Amino acid sequence: MTGAGRTRADGEPSGGRRVLVIGADSRLGASVVEALREQGRIRFVAGADGADASGSPAIARLIADTDPDTVVHLGLEPRPSRAGGRAAMKERNVIGTMQLLAAASKAPGLKRLVVKSSGAVYGCAPRDPALFAEDTPPHLPPTSGYGKDVAEAEGYVRGFARRRPDVAVSVLRFAPFAGPGVASPLLDYLTLPVVPTVLGYDPRLQFVHIDDAVRALVLAALGGHPGTYNVAGDGAMPLSQITRRLGRPTVPVLSFGAAFFGSLIRRAGIVDFTPDQVAMVRYGRVLDTARAKARLGWEPGFGTADALRAHAEAAGLKAVVPGWTKGY
Amino acid sequence: MADGPEAVADATADEAEAPEEAARTPERAPGGWEAKAAGAVAFLRRRVTGEYEVDEFGFDPDLNDNVLMGVLRPLYDKYFRVEVSGIENVPAEGGALIVANHSGTVPVDALMTQVALLDHHPAHRHLRMLAADLVFTLPFVGELSRKMGHTLACNPDAERLLRGGEVVAVFPEGFKGVGKPFSQRYRLQRFGRGGFVSAALRTGVPIIPVSIVGAEEIYPKIADLKPLARLIGLPYFPITPTFPLLGPLGLLPLPTKWHIAFGEPIPTTGYDASAADDPLLVFDLTDQVRETIQDTLYRLLLQRRSVFF
Repeated sequence: MTGAGRTRADGEPSGGRRVLVIGADSRLGASVVEALREQGRIRFVAGADGADASGSPAIARLIADTDPDTVVHLGLEPRPSRAGGRAAMKERNVIGTMQLLAAASKAPGLKRLVVKSSGAVYGCAPRDPALFAEDTPPHLPPTSGYGKDVAEAEGYVRGFARRRPDVAVSVLRFAPFAGPGVASPLLDYLTLPVVPTVLGYDPRLQFVHIDDAVRALVLAALGGHPGTYNVAGDGAMPLSQITRRLGRPTVPVLSFGAAFFGSLIRRAGIVDFTPDQVAMVRYGRVLDTARAKARLGWEPGFGTADALRAHAEAAGLKAVVPGWTKGY
Repeated sequence: MADGPEAVADATADEAEAPEEAARTPERAPGGWEAKAAGAVAFLRRRVTGEYEVDEFGFDPDLNDNVLMGVLRPLYDKYFRVEVSGIENVPAEGGALIVANHSGTVPVDALMTQVALLDHHPAHRHLRMLAADLVFTLPFVGELSRKMGHTLACNPDAERLLRGGEVVAVFPEGFKGVGKPFSQRYRLQRFGRGGFVSAALRTGVPIIPVSIVGAEEIYPKIADLKPLARLIGLPYFPITPTFPLLGPLGLLPLPTKWHIAFGEPIPTTGYDASAADDPLLVFDLTDQVRETIQDTLYRLLLQRRSVFF
């Protein structure tokens, strides 16, 4: 999907659904658009690049043109390098969301809004409960990086939900993605030839398979389930176990140097981590998905370990030290 | 944690504890050293390839049962010579909440209770401890604690474990108990707000009062360097007759004789759904549990011949 192009499925009944997907240029966005097109009862799915949809006039025009009844907002970008630097990333994530919501609040036909959020809103701290439920107050809310962007964007989404009670707003907080074709800072980090870890900490990490993420978004887009939902694969794995299964040796780094080390590998362009993501590979984060299972009717096809294995297989990942492990 | 050093540490610890492990699981015993070696190799292979299961709380039963408990077992069997009574009060399956007195300056009592339940309960149950948040802020300690199946002492974690049918242990006195001066030994401190009672009420699991005798004398805390404790972020800095006077030797606990008494379960079913939010009922049950533990402690102390035998 390129540009703000849109396609109409000819011959569909005019009463079908009109879905606009913001951020359709990403791996997730492309799959969501495809999955929506395969559904019946859909008049058209319009996709817009995250970058194209930013800027107040562009997004307003797009919404006026397409008059969608459902907007799926996948525009939150976790990687500074892809957004053109941290400042541009924040602009795109926070201001971009505000502009989208401003335009959406004037769309009379809008019935549903689905927002791709992230578990990053919970931050990570040693004093948090083992699993985050949707209403768990974070012990240390994220103060920088992607987590803060997401938390701020969610705040504006809540404001929108109050102003437009007629729109069913679903916020999906995802665990990090894994699976064929997925690229993310966390996966880049885990597939480094030697994985630096924080000495004395073994965080529990969790993944969601990209196909499961797509299904959750499609369920939310078609179903109209207002609320906030955690979406993650079942189970969690300690970092040490992940690196062993992926055949990656690790090198422990002293904890007081971890932030510095994190910024070093970020600047060197090795891994595109923001500081809150460095905190994640120290303390870890696990989401409780009971609500999504009960209310969205969503069931993950892949657990955390399966999602990671599927990712490693699709990426053709080989153990760094031959014979070190049998691989994933 | 680097794979190499940890794997080596695992290997040595495992080999050292192999006889203990074999004694606990009789089916492995007849094989002799070959079976033990094969078991150790299989364990090592699992550790290196990551082919073991860890739950959402970070509990690693493979590491816990084969290595961590193995390290504690000599302390339990030979050093403190722990005697256990009433362990049949812990159900063979399903959730239960163990509530115990806390003492000893260093919380060894919790770990010994965990060994007791794994080795001496007919169903070899894993004990899931609720630990103070300080534990999880410390490097290594927090990591090991999670691998042993412990988690943060908070109601969401407690209720999740209890609903999952686990045996959960809580020490409501917290640092007030474990860090109390020697003169206060066997006197239960305040029992908090009764959060553990509401967790048991909400999940309908029995509360099992546990009284631990012997742990209170392992490190007799005769003074507390409060300013130093504040400086390094600890709740207290203990002075014992041997620490810091004898240096590292002072870290050795006194070899007291222990008795862990599991009491009659207190059922929490039969209350209505709002019971967990009824402060009067919660305080009543909290007091009942506290008095049961205190009475049992006094009774066991009367029966005790000596601190060390």
